[in-house]
Amino acid sequence: MTSYNQQLPPASGAAGVAAVATKDTIAPRARRRYSADLSALGEPALWGFGGALALGIIMIALFLMVVLYNGATTFWPKPIDQVELTDGSVIAGVERRGTIFRPDLPRLTEDQRAEVEANDGFAYRTLYQTANFDLYGDDFQWVADFETANITQPEDFYYFERQTWGVFVGRIASMTIDGQEMAYDPAVLRREQRAARERFTEIRNLERREIGGLNFQIERERLNQRRAVLRMGEDGAAPVVAESQARIAELQAEFQELQARVNEIRSTDRRYTVTLEEVGGRQIAPEISQIVRYYPANAIGFFDKLGIYVSRWWEFVSAEPREANTQGGVLPAIFGTVAMTLLMVVFVAPFGVITALYLREYAKQGRITSIVRISVNNLAGVPSIVYGVFGLGFFAYTMGGTIDQLFYPENLPNPTFGKGGILWASLTLALLTVPVVIVATEEALAAVPRSMREGSLACGASKWQTIRYVVLPKALPGIMTGMILAMARGAGEVAPLMLVGVVKLAPALPIDTFYPFIHLDRSFMHLGFHIFDVGFQSRNSEAGKPMVFVTTLLLLALIVTMNATAIIIRNRLKRKYATGQF
Amino acid sequence: MSETLEFEPTAYHVKKSSEGPALEIKDFNLWYGDTQALFNNNLEIQKGQVTALIGPSGCGKSTLLRCLNRMNDLVDGLRIEGQITVDGFDIYARGVDVIALRKRMGMVFQKPNPFAMSIYDNITYPLRVDGVTKKSILDDTVEHALSKAALWKEAKDRLNESALGLSGGQQQRLCIARAIASDPEVLLMDEPCSALDPIATARIEELIEELKGSYSIVMVTHSMAQAARVSDNTAFMYLGRLIEYGDTDTIFTNPQKTRTNDYVTGRFG
Repeated sequence: MTSYNQQLPPASGAAGVAAVATKDTIAPRARRRYSADLSALGEPALWGFGGALALGIIMIALFLMVVLYNGATTFWPKPIDQVELTDGSVIAGVERRGTIFRPDLPRLTEDQRAEVEANDGFAYRTLYQTANFDLYGDDFQWVADFETANITQPEDFYYFERQTWGVFVGRIASMTIDGQEMAYDPAVLRREQRAARERFTEIRNLERREIGGLNFQIERERLNQRRAVLRMGEDGAAPVVAESQARIAELQAEFQELQARVNEIRSTDRRYTVTLEEVGGRQIAPEISQIVRYYPANAIGFFDKLGIYVSRWWEFVSAEPREANTQGGVLPAIFGTVAMTLLMVVFVAPFGVITALYLREYAKQGRITSIVRISVNNLAGVPSIVYGVFGLGFFAYTMGGTIDQLFYPENLPNPTFGKGGILWASLTLALLTVPVVIVATEEALAAVPRSMREGSLACGASKWQTIRYVVLPKALPGIMTGMILAMARGAGEVAPLMLVGVVKLAPALPIDTFYPFIHLDRSFMHLGFHIFDVGFQSRNSEAGKPMVFVTTLLLLALIVTMNATAIIIRNRLKRKYATGQF
Repeated sequence: MSETLEFEPTAYHVKKSSEGPALEIKDFNLWYGDTQALFNNNLEIQKGQVTALIGPSGCGKSTLLRCLNRMNDLVDGLRIEGQITVDGFDIYARGVDVIALRKRMGMVFQKPNPFAMSIYDNITYPLRVDGVTKKSILDDTVEHALSKAALWKEAKDRLNESALGLSGGQQQRLCIARAIASDPEVLLMDEPCSALDPIATARIEELIEELKGSYSIVMVTHSMAQAARVSDNTAFMYLGRLIEYGDTDTIFTNPQKTRTNDYVTGRFG
């Protein structure tokens, strides 16, 4: 407004001079009103538009910050507090969070009640992760400020992450190395823990790969027998069955051998234990191999903490889950999410593109194509759980059931494809995201200039050649954009997956080293479902809460990575088709 | 006004080619839906000559040109009557192979429309869609077509670069090279210079001058000066009717119809 005022006088002065100079010919101009008519000043809606954008950005930024803050701090080692309560008991734990609450006054002592009443009936309480679920029957304990007498952080408290039973918080009393009980020696325990973990990994590899492989083969032999019996009848199949029985016997001998080795390692493990003592003095003596990670939470410096932080992240992205998914890693879920999304793209890409090609290039444009188009757009608005139901009913039960009857009759009544699995899940998601691809592809095709098509046709190219060599390359970046949108939607979808193949804990990945290597019938884990399961379905939701944020962070990172990759590929293609050969 | 046109017969004074006609258009009528766009056109395109189609906007000259290689097939609701024959074959007869027809008729459009491929791929495109894969043939074609289109010197070192990196005039010459790559008999040009600057236009005109003889060229143009410069015969069309068709010099210096005279002297149009 000030700039207006400053500019006005010279402007009207100039007009005045002009008016004087040409007085005879030009009538003096009517004075212009400079009052601010908002709609005349340009863009009255600018603030509204900008504000809406800003609001959106702020909300997204806030969401990301919450996820980032909670996700990024979860794995940072926190100190262990020893809290002496006014009633004389002592607890030890890691502070989780605090809230204000309204205590139940009649149950308090005289002093406490006075303190709370002075505070309008409110008090502050803190949640401690006291861990030691095997001893306490609970992982967490609330402690109100008014019942806290003293808080210290003793340096000899350790934080143990165990293979089972979760975390233990307490002191190390003694240890038994190779059957010899001895006093705690940090260097020896460190060394022995590493050795014990190696033994643990060995056992797991033996069980997973070798014994698992044997089981798989034995199971296949059994199925072979059944198949032979189904095809040739009891008598006809007798030689096959006998041969197969011999092979099973061989496999079982191998199995016994491996089992013996496992038992041997187990018995070694039993001779290495560590005696732990919780703050109240009760002791347990777990095998050292059960201890995944331990550290003296109050005695370590920044770089040790950083090391633990990094090692926890590494475990998170590279290991399997422990403790009902509330600890350990999410590798199977990462794998399942990526595999399912890629498989979905494999299905949705040709399907969507071909549909759009027909609709835009071949079909006679008219009422029917309009109806089809509207229907496709409406499909995008169908609740995703409906697709899940459809996927279960049509893909899993109808198609899968038929496949089972035709190709896997020996396995019945156990379903092979006739249940949820990664194949049906990706097909269901492909169905869910196909409208996005169709709409994007149609738009991309429509944007290819007519002159390009005419040029190609005038060269004597057929319609298909024109589409193949001129239209599709030109439309490819637009089609890729549709794929990216479909991928983003598919990777983040959870509800339909719960019906068609996602499980809380998958025994095996859909890809492994056993023939035929890719097992599309297997159920799988998914990061989105993992978030739901850990946060809302687990025994101990308080323990799972940090994992929710970490997993969300990881899922977001994964989707961003997949999209970024797709965008890079798209830009490469754009450049290639702008310059290159075919 | 249009009623008087109905009864006025076309004035002909065509400069015949020694080789005879390349295309014959007989009693040709065309409708877009219910609207008739061409009325009873009769003309013969002479072999090895340049024929210009002139007339005010909407007179049907582009429509007629696009009928010659059946590009109008893409338009919904199109209906035609009459005949267009090439060497005695009616191109609108049943069972005509449109793709083979288009290979005999190179076409150059108003706006340069090179494909988003390399220069080499652009020129070999008509051959490749025909199934030619032999490198030596393709190489020869590229050199031959680019030389004919006067682009070889500029483009020979960048054959594998994108055709979209060429200037507008170069792109249009590339399109001409592409049109002659499959060695057609007729070149159809739909206002080939309307999107170009005067220097590029002059080069294209030179090129047309050089190409005639080898090809029969039909050119739609808005510029009467251009028609006068490059064409042997000129057809003047008005509201879908062929008013006068003949020797270019006569059309521009001594037209037989007053309407032609009015148009070429700039009295309307």
